[in-house]
Amino acid sequence: MASVTMTVNGKSVSGNVEGRTLLSDFLRNDLQLTGTHIGCDTSQCGACVVHVDGEAVKSCTMFAVEADGTDVATIEGQANADGSLNVIQQAFQDHHGLQCGFCTPGMVMSAAALLKDNPTPTEGEIREYLEGNICRCTGYHNIVKAIMAASGQDVSAVAAE
Amino acid sequence: MPKDGGIGASTTRREDVRFLTGKGKYTADINAFGQVSAIFVRSTVANGVIKSIDTSAAESMPGVLAVFTGEDFADVGGNPAGWLINSRDGEPMKEPKRPVLAHGKVRHVGDAYAAVIAETEQQARDAAEEIIADIEELPAIVDMAAALAGDSYVHDEIETNQCFDWGWIEDNRAATDEAIKNAPHVTTLELINNRLVPNAMEPRASIGTYDAAGDSYLLQTTSQNPHLTRLLISAFVMGIPENKLTVIAPDVGGGFGSKIYHYGEEALVLAAAKKVGRPVKWVADRSESFLSDAHGRDHVTKIELACEKDGTFIAFRTETLANVGAYLSNFSTATPTFLHGTLMAGNYTVPNVYVNLKAVFTNTAPVDAYRGAGRPEATYSIERVIDMAARELGMDPIEIRRKNFIKPDQFPFASAAGLEYDSGNYDALMDKMEAMVDRKAFEERRKASEAKGMLRGLGINAYVEACGIAPSNLVGVLGSRVGLYDAATVRVNATGNLSVMVGAHSHGQGHETVFPQIVGDMLGIDPASVDIVHGDTSKIPFGMGTYGSRSLAVCGSAVVRATEKIIAKAKKIAAHMLEASADDLDFTDGQFAVKGTDKSVSFGEVALKAYIPHNYPLEDIEPGLEETAFYDPANFTYPSGAYACEVEVDPETGKVTVERFTACDDFGNVMNPMIVSGQVHGGVVQGIGQALLENTTYDENGQLLSASYMDYVMPRADDLPFIAVDHADGTPCTHNPLGAKGCGEGGAIGSPPTVVNAVIDALQSGGKNVTHIDMPLTPARVWAAMNNA
Amino acid sequence: MYAFEIERPSTIADAVKALKDEDAQALGGGQTLIPTLKARLAMPSALVSLSGIGEMQGVCIGDDGAVCVGGATNHATVAKETASSFPGLSGLAGNIGDPAVRNRGTVGGSLANNDPSACYPAAALGSGATIITNAREIAADDYFQGMFETALDEGEVITEVRFPVPEKSHYEKFVQPASRFALVGVFVAKYADGVRVAVTGASENGVFRWSEAEAALSTDFSASALDGLSVSADGMIADLHGSSEYRAHLVKVMTGRAVTAAS
Repeated sequence: MASVTMTVNGKSVSGNVEGRTLLSDFLRNDLQLTGTHIGCDTSQCGACVVHVDGEAVKSCTMFAVEADGTDVATIEGQANADGSLNVIQQAFQDHHGLQCGFCTPGMVMSAAALLKDNPTPTEGEIREYLEGNICRCTGYHNIVKAIMAASGQDVSAVAAE
Repeated sequence: MPKDGGIGASTTRREDVRFLTGKGKYTADINAFGQVSAIFVRSTVANGVIKSIDTSAAESMPGVLAVFTGEDFADVGGNPAGWLINSRDGEPMKEPKRPVLAHGKVRHVGDAYAAVIAETEQQARDAAEEIIADIEELPAIVDMAAALAGDSYVHDEIETNQCFDWGWIEDNRAATDEAIKNAPHVTTLELINNRLVPNAMEPRASIGTYDAAGDSYLLQTTSQNPHLTRLLISAFVMGIPENKLTVIAPDVGGGFGSKIYHYGEEALVLAAAKKVGRPVKWVADRSESFLSDAHGRDHVTKIELACEKDGTFIAFRTETLANVGAYLSNFSTATPTFLHGTLMAGNYTVPNVYVNLKAVFTNTAPVDAYRGAGRPEATYSIERVIDMAARELGMDPIEIRRKNFIKPDQFPFASAAGLEYDSGNYDALMDKMEAMVDRKAFEERRKASEAKGMLRGLGINAYVEACGIAPSNLVGVLGSRVGLYDAATVRVNATGNLSVMVGAHSHGQGHETVFPQIVGDMLGIDPASVDIVHGDTSKIPFGMGTYGSRSLAVCGSAVVRATEKIIAKAKKIAAHMLEASADDLDFTDGQFAVKGTDKSVSFGEVALKAYIPHNYPLEDIEPGLEETAFYDPANFTYPSGAYACEVEVDPETGKVTVERFTACDDFGNVMNPMIVSGQVHGGVVQGIGQALLENTTYDENGQLLSASYMDYVMPRADDLPFIAVDHADGTPCTHNPLGAKGCGEGGAIGSPPTVVNAVIDALQSGGKNVTHIDMPLTPARVWAAMNNA
Repeated sequence: MYAFEIERPSTIADAVKALKDEDAQALGGGQTLIPTLKARLAMPSALVSLSGIGEMQGVCIGDDGAVCVGGATNHATVAKETASSFPGLSGLAGNIGDPAVRNRGTVGGSLANNDPSACYPAAALGSGATIITNAREIAADDYFQGMFETALDEGEVITEVRFPVPEKSHYEKFVQPASRFALVGVFVAKYADGVRVAVTGASENGVFRWSEAEAALSTDFSASALDGLSVSADGMIADLHGSSEYRAHLVKVMTGRAVTAAS
């Protein structure tokens, strides 16, 4: 067992973990932050995406001890301070960018990472960036639309509602 | 525009807030006090005799509380098929037992034959590796034709691999054969409807809890239909009295059919919870899902279309082998038969239809309903062979379809495949689609593609499907062992807000938003004051759940009926309060008013009166304001659509890119256009996935080769364009109170042939004489087809 | 996963020492290793994480003009840092896996694993890179020894990779649509003394140089120079996603496209 300390959503947290404890396990089981989801075991689906020191990573493919000393952001910390949805979350709701909600935390975290580096991405750039996030419900249409809207782009021309 | 977020408004979804903030509660997110972990030991061979299983080493491993094998469930029941199919000769289908854990034999890779319960998941995994099973591997039965021809069986006791040999409609067989024999033109196509893995993003999970004090059980599980799951466990598998078992399906991360069914893991965690006296949790990993979830499709079909030289259809005839896998999953026998054969007339006035379908056991995972369930298979066969016939006859693909469409004035229309379509306007859909596509502009786009060395094709398609499953009387006659009504309880609370308990389960469909739109609209109140309760058998009335695009058409209709009862009763109470006759009251905008006067009471005041029945006519009216309705539909609903797809094919690599996709659907009256569009987007993309990407491949040893996201190709954002949709101005369903048709599956039904037709069109335009490629149209397959042409 | 300890040394020397333990295994970004561990296909007693070693991080330009990449540098950093100095390498690194994978996966990890469908081996072989370990320098031509096989000894750590910068280069990848690895990927690099063509994803022996194409392109650096050439399907991978014939065909198509796109 190793002890780890990290900042998660702005709060300092510590815990004792095994070597094999994944960051996603630590978040879900030790911190009860169950918004980070596990949808596969081959590092493809992206339901577990969180930010570590500001970079999007798949928390199911990183050990908790590797996150020792880092600053971790998860879906639970994304809303505005007053509890209202942030711009990306609100755009997902406004544009129906989620259905069952299971991939959604990873989608929102990936979208946030994208917009940080590329504040006004094209449709193609968004689609390419979401290569590592699988959604089975939406056909991605409204996810892409929501991210464009969240970046301040006019989406009224995007086909139908 | 509808007012205040009522019927027809694109109200944003209230459930989104919890999902967007990480507060959704899926089964894997639940941790019961004192819970322990279950891990299943699954067969690595497709077919084998279990000679012995030595669990002693596993039982002595650290943290292990119990080990189960098939022997432990030898005396309980099997997981049944929900629909009896009789063969053409009148013989009932073969129904081998599907045990909780494999017993005697393992029948597919992933077939669970043991389970370990331990304090932690890792301890259970460690112990699972210590179980020593002596399994004598037998040759795998994988190919359906070989399975029928061979003399070794998936289930030895039935001495055949044929589950049934079904004819639809058997009495039409001779006439259809005769019509085809005499037809001026017959187009024949052999095709495969590829096996798919549903791949809801949330893997299955279950938590079993036993309460010794009450001798009662709780199952929290990933289910689309908790009451159905409870019924199956109680009545067939475990014998737990229904009143001693609560099933809760909390937030569920997608289903697409795969979470309709009861699975052995659910029974196991209940039995284990009782044995170890602790809650038992199991969460599948994705690899387990690939091996053990029910798969979809997997038909091999020969279809013939007989027509006149002018393209008038005379007959469709099909012969199909349908894979049911190693065991009969709950709806597996209905899917290839009554959800498939009955649609084999398509949108057309064709007078003769005959379907022969043999269901075949193989050493593969069970196959059952997956989004569309039977109807995509029917549509694909029909719409591919029509495209081929048009090409052979030198006809335009739209013209040949229009020529044979059922016309608007012919509804209700009795199809040659035995269904009565209540409403539709297929020409109007085609008009709309043609306007959106603009074929002249397409020719310009094709030239532009050619200028950069690419082949461009336009594929079109029409579909009609039967959903809103289903009229109990009808399906009962056809062999269903369940009724397919649904139920809703509308509880008006004393303070005037409402709790509506529904049998449907929402796992992406937006019921928590849409049902309040309906109730709010009917009662003239703010939908925000209406909450939906679903997924908990201890709270909701006995409903059949969500699948077959039935939530709105069936459960939504139950919500309407229950709300109507509320209004009727409230009116009586209001009449008393207003000292008027109920017949003299109007109910508008949430107010009961005496006609021609300014006397009125609000709905809220009536609710309060119902619960504080002072000065109340107790001799005539009971206190309280709560009503339940069970709604059993009179018919299926018949959504239809006209779709178009434009692809580019790279002639050097065979790679197909979907450039444009247009979906014009008729879903009758639409409650929430935003949500309906979302259903179409998702369905269309699953269909594009089937057409271009997704394949489920077993090798000759029954090993699943596409067993993870490393090899099973899920559609990703960068594989797709935006999808243009239009579902305005539908023809209302004539028999349910909302006029609504199911919208969940049309996209997945209509899109696969559209895509394939487009690719064939592209190749033909490039001078490649390719008439058919089996799905998925991977780059390698397209390239091979071009080079063999 | 089986149980193991994780060590996080901060120097190469400490990492090498830790790796002397039998059954200890190096952990780069973990993007391949962790899924392998989840499937219980490996049973190390300890993982030695290389991500905390400062001297193995980052990209710089060497005295000879080569791009030097620390062995523990992730793909995203390589993509960003080499965008102007070596666009062909940058493009390759920026198209591995997906963005989250690129933030973790490392050049050293990829080359040490030598997956036959990985991208980095094509860059290393195609640019005649030098693989520098704690013990020695290995020329790329000597380093790759077949599918998942390399010249590395047990416990040897890739500390740096030096990529000579070509006049022009490009990596053309035809993705395997599920894994997003290369179904076939071709790295073409034009140097003053000739052209190198390295192919990944195609051969059962892992990354290889297509010498006939190199000769043709060294004379005439244009896609048409490949016209008369063909690649034998013998020894090519055949799987769900493509036959060996298809892969052989793609090698030529991707090579031509790489040449056309080279900058």
